[in-house]
Amino acid sequence: MEDSLKAIYNAIIDGAADKSAAAVQTALDAGVDPALILNEGMIVAMTEVGKLFEEGEYFVPEMLISAKAMQAGLSILKPRLVKESYKSAGKIIIGTVKGDLHDIGKNLVSMMLEGAAFEIVDLGSDVPPQKFVDAVRENEADFVAMSALLTTTMPNMKTTIEALEEAGLRSKVKVLIGGAPVTSQYAHEIGADGFAPDASRAVALAKSLAAS
Amino acid sequence: MPPKDILATLAAGKVLVLDGATGTNLQARGLESGQLSESWMLEHPEKILQLHQDFIQAGANVILTCSFNGNRYRLQHANLQDKADEINRKAAALAKQAAEGTDVFVAGSLGPTGQMLSPLGTLDPADAEASYAAQAVSLAAAGVDLLVIETQFDLGEALAAVKGVRSVSSLPLAVSFSYERAGRTMMGVKPAQAAAELQQFKVDILGINCGRSLDENMKALRELRSATSLPIWFKPNAGLPRVDESGNTVYDVSPQDMGDNVPAWVEAGASLVGGCCGTSPEHLAAIAATVSRLDAAS
Repeated sequence: MEDSLKAIYNAIIDGAADKSAAAVQTALDAGVDPALILNEGMIVAMTEVGKLFEEGEYFVPEMLISAKAMQAGLSILKPRLVKESYKSAGKIIIGTVKGDLHDIGKNLVSMMLEGAAFEIVDLGSDVPPQKFVDAVRENEADFVAMSALLTTTMPNMKTTIEALEEAGLRSKVKVLIGGAPVTSQYAHEIGADGFAPDASRAVALAKSLAAS
Repeated sequence: MPPKDILATLAAGKVLVLDGATGTNLQARGLESGQLSESWMLEHPEKILQLHQDFIQAGANVILTCSFNGNRYRLQHANLQDKADEINRKAAALAKQAAEGTDVFVAGSLGPTGQMLSPLGTLDPADAEASYAAQAVSLAAAGVDLLVIETQFDLGEALAAVKGVRSVSSLPLAVSFSYERAGRTMMGVKPAQAAAELQQFKVDILGINCGRSLDENMKALRELRSATSLPIWFKPNAGLPRVDESGNTVYDVSPQDMGDNVPAWVEAGASLVGGCCGTSPEHLAAIAATVSRLDAAS
């Protein structure tokens, strides 16, 4: 890996937002291809962060500061990416379902997906089914990603899928779900396309569904 | 009647039965998915009272007030932040009404703010402390016997909670974490860390609640037992939720299974046992029956 990319990689792994932004600027100034910065510097780093999380080495705090460092770099990179030929991995509507205020996990998933070159439309928390439906229609989205932390709000994932069906949009999007009480069996039972137990595996899932 | 003293009861070696789930059971009784239990309580106090009575009937020695979300940050969601005091007092009054004339202890429940503390999030620890203090004031004023800070995942918030509560109340205090990532909380806190940090304050009971499977909760229990000599509160979920053929949410641990697990919990050092999400009055009756059987055998 080039030194300039290595610096970006290290800043993200260490969760150093200032260093990450500065390293991206340095790389751009040195004429490094923005797409290379994204793919070989930032995405590789976020993949490693995801792996460390899956292995139980990183927990939410470590993942969160790495994701923030990634975002700091991305804010410098983004204006340049638009000019170059930058290919989105897909457009994702994400939100925590109706009645559920928990957004920590959802935000992490959102940041990790962004770090894997997906375009994110974040609807926040306590999102009613109709709002998901409207956002899918307006944005011509490829995915709907739903989060629920509460066993009492999980049923709203099912309600949202039903609303997508009624609106005739279900076949146009892949539905991903996650959250502490959610299981793959539950995803199957409510007719979602997939379940991921954490933010890192949500990225892997979205990539595999995008390819299918 | 002398004032009830839960710590003396525990010190005498008695195993106490906690109650079961609030959300799961209220939902089975008409609470709509997504509505806060606390807001439903204002509309249907009789439903909350009935659930308390059902748990007492099932054998609970300790019931928790319907005030898990009774802090300003959670209540804001239902635009009820200005009614926090009223809600906490009402929740305590309903539990006390159910417990009247019995030996049942009323525990005032304080759940997480749902915010992340700065610098990771935006909540100032001092504000978190003030929020917990305010809720403790309301619950204590309404006459609860003890307080429980539950389903915690961040050590920073739990410590702010304890400081807040202790700045206004000297009631017996339990602090319980949810260990949902292979024996750690989502923030990476281990039972031994929680014990080491919390024991520096005046915390009387350490606990584990919610989490994921019974097996994972059991591992956390063993680790916590080896890290503290304080009484342990153990309130695991009745397994994980799934959807049955008719579209209802059900839990994979039956009342019988839950009851059968209780001797292992007590053996591993829990002295207050009950259940979190998915624990119906039937589950609780099975837990209480096992505790009575253990009592009679000892």
